[in-house]
Amino acid sequence: MIEIKKLNKWFGDFQVLVDVDEVIERGQTVVICGPSGSGKSTLLRCINGLEPFQKGDVTVDGVSVADPKTNLYKLREKIGMVFQRFELYPHMTALQNITLAPMKVRKWSRRKAEEKARQLLERVGIPDKADVYPANLSGGQQQRVAIARALAMEPDYMMFDEPTSALDPEMIKEVLDVMIDLAKGGMTMLCVTHEMGFAREVADEILFMDHGRIVERGTYEGFFNNPKTDRAKEFLAQILD
Amino acid sequence: MGLTYEFDWGVLWRYPYGMWLLKGLGLTIAIGMAAWIIALALGILIGTLRITRYRLLRWFGTAYVEVLRNIPLLVQLFFWFYAGPMLFGETLSRKINHISGLNIWVSIIGIGLYTASRVAEHVRAGFASIGRDQYQAVLSTGMTQIQMYRYVIIPYALRLIIPPLTTEFLTVFKNTSIAMTIGVAELTFQSYQIDADTFHGLEATTGAMFIYLILGITVVKFMNIVEKKYKIQGLVGR
Amino acid sequence: MFDAVGRNFGFLMGGLWVTFQLSFFALTGGILLGMIVGLARLSKKPWIYYPVTAYVNFLRNIPLILVIFWFYFVMPILVGRSIDPFPSAVISFIIFEATYFGEIFRAGYQTISKDLVNASYATGMTYWKTARYITIPIAFRRMLPSLITQSIVTFQDTSLAFVIGLRELVRRTSIVDNLEVRSIELYGFAALVYLVVCLIGSQISHYFEEKGRKASII
Repeated sequence: MIEIKKLNKWFGDFQVLVDVDEVIERGQTVVICGPSGSGKSTLLRCINGLEPFQKGDVTVDGVSVADPKTNLYKLREKIGMVFQRFELYPHMTALQNITLAPMKVRKWSRRKAEEKARQLLERVGIPDKADVYPANLSGGQQQRVAIARALAMEPDYMMFDEPTSALDPEMIKEVLDVMIDLAKGGMTMLCVTHEMGFAREVADEILFMDHGRIVERGTYEGFFNNPKTDRAKEFLAQILD
Repeated sequence: MGLTYEFDWGVLWRYPYGMWLLKGLGLTIAIGMAAWIIALALGILIGTLRITRYRLLRWFGTAYVEVLRNIPLLVQLFFWFYAGPMLFGETLSRKINHISGLNIWVSIIGIGLYTASRVAEHVRAGFASIGRDQYQAVLSTGMTQIQMYRYVIIPYALRLIIPPLTTEFLTVFKNTSIAMTIGVAELTFQSYQIDADTFHGLEATTGAMFIYLILGITVVKFMNIVEKKYKIQGLVGR
Repeated sequence: MFDAVGRNFGFLMGGLWVTFQLSFFALTGGILLGMIVGLARLSKKPWIYYPVTAYVNFLRNIPLILVIFWFYFVMPILVGRSIDPFPSAVISFIIFEATYFGEIFRAGYQTISKDLVNASYATGMTYWKTARYITIPIAFRRMLPSLITQSIVTFQDTSLAFVIGLRELVRRTSIVDNLEVRSIELYGFAALVYLVVCLIGSQISHYFEEKGRKASII
């Protein structure tokens, strides 16, 4: 379970997160949406301690991110993360990208790590791309390798930061299919995305953020058919355009 | 053509002048290589200092680069050669001035220190061209800071900056010519000496130009092999 | 502490003046020739492209000192009498620095989209008119930071005219040092002068870089 309690964060004088509260239960899929600059990506980065915050706390399975005694590296092992621009290691093949952390962090043998990696490549639908370098993969393929890289650490949680917004339209589906599959398989997921089709299919809860606050929350139907705030109405009108 | 000038290309191979040029080339290569080793080691260190989170180290790295690259190498060599020993006090400076081949040592160190400032800039640019999300992606898999630099960031950054480093490597050999001003008998010095001896400086310097050209082509060929070996597959636009 | 500098201040500043003059001619000539070299390096006509490319690649492999010597030897043969170091140095610098400026311009021209050039052709402009009114002005603005950086390098390079006896700042510093034997303060002073001038230059470069970024032309 991830608990976010009165989280506040500033970049200098600028407050990016204001009193964010949220509880994510095991097995849930939470979709976060909102206009750019609303603090969605920063929120994800606070959860795994990539960004420090000044007030409030986040606990992951009871372990506090704010507590200076917490080993953040250990914490990150159980939270996989997928980035907008894939961020694969360009000097390594798909397989090497996936096996690096299991071998260096979990100290798995190469054989075990590679076996796992091949299973994952199979699962994301590109078993034949193991020895290909990122620059020779399409965007959709790169993102699927990135998902496999995150899954290789056998995380309990997965976070997605606009995983399809850098992709050409025809590649979005192949990535979403992997994510839907993952959500239906019981993974606990936090997804920053504007893909409303994805939200409809798997989201247990939708958060709408604006200016660093969660201004609306609810089920897909509640949010989509009956947004309460004007900001949410405007936003929905824009993305459905 | 006003003045009649009798060309004598024989100075390029006639004894002892051909030998002078070869000896000069030897010294050019030796000084260039030694200076390059200093430049690479120090440059990577200072380039990394400039992205650490310790303000004092960052400040030192920036100051080093700004000072060393904004003073002509010639002035730096003069300073290290004439003023350098004096910085150690009178008794020690007299001893230093008696070191044989002092000018060669000074030119190796001077060119090395100068080139390090340029290498440091490339290293810093290499780190900077790797996006913040790339660093965070490594950390999100549970790796530590040191693992992140060792397995991902440094190998990646060094591969990215091979092309500019090739240019710097070439420049080191060209810059060794400035050591002639403190009396180092490298290639340019020797071609000038031939003029003093024979008044055929035009032929001698023309010959030296072609030797530098061959040296440059060799260095580029060598670096192409290095680059091919460490090339990141499919990455274009570099 | 700086009394050796104080006693010879006028003489040294006279050297700095020569350094500035040499830089001025080297930069004006080098940049103008560099614009043409840059265009020629993008030319589709082999009889323009290959000779100019050979010239650029050759000189970029040669140390500047050697080029300075070479022109110092070759000029008397061409003009038929012995020649002062200053004009000889100016010519060597223009020929040498133009190869570096040429590559900067080439990179700058390449950032201009084909359709922008086509748009100019579509209004009936010729190749050279397009270069004069469209390509060069835009590229010049985009390349301004690199041009300033290379100008700083050229300014430092002028110190190498020392080797043919031109009495610029470094040569005069060494003349004074031979008399006064105050190497630390004299060469320290020369270094400081270069440092100050070059730091001002790089600040200007930063300014244009920021300005360009704001106007999103870079």
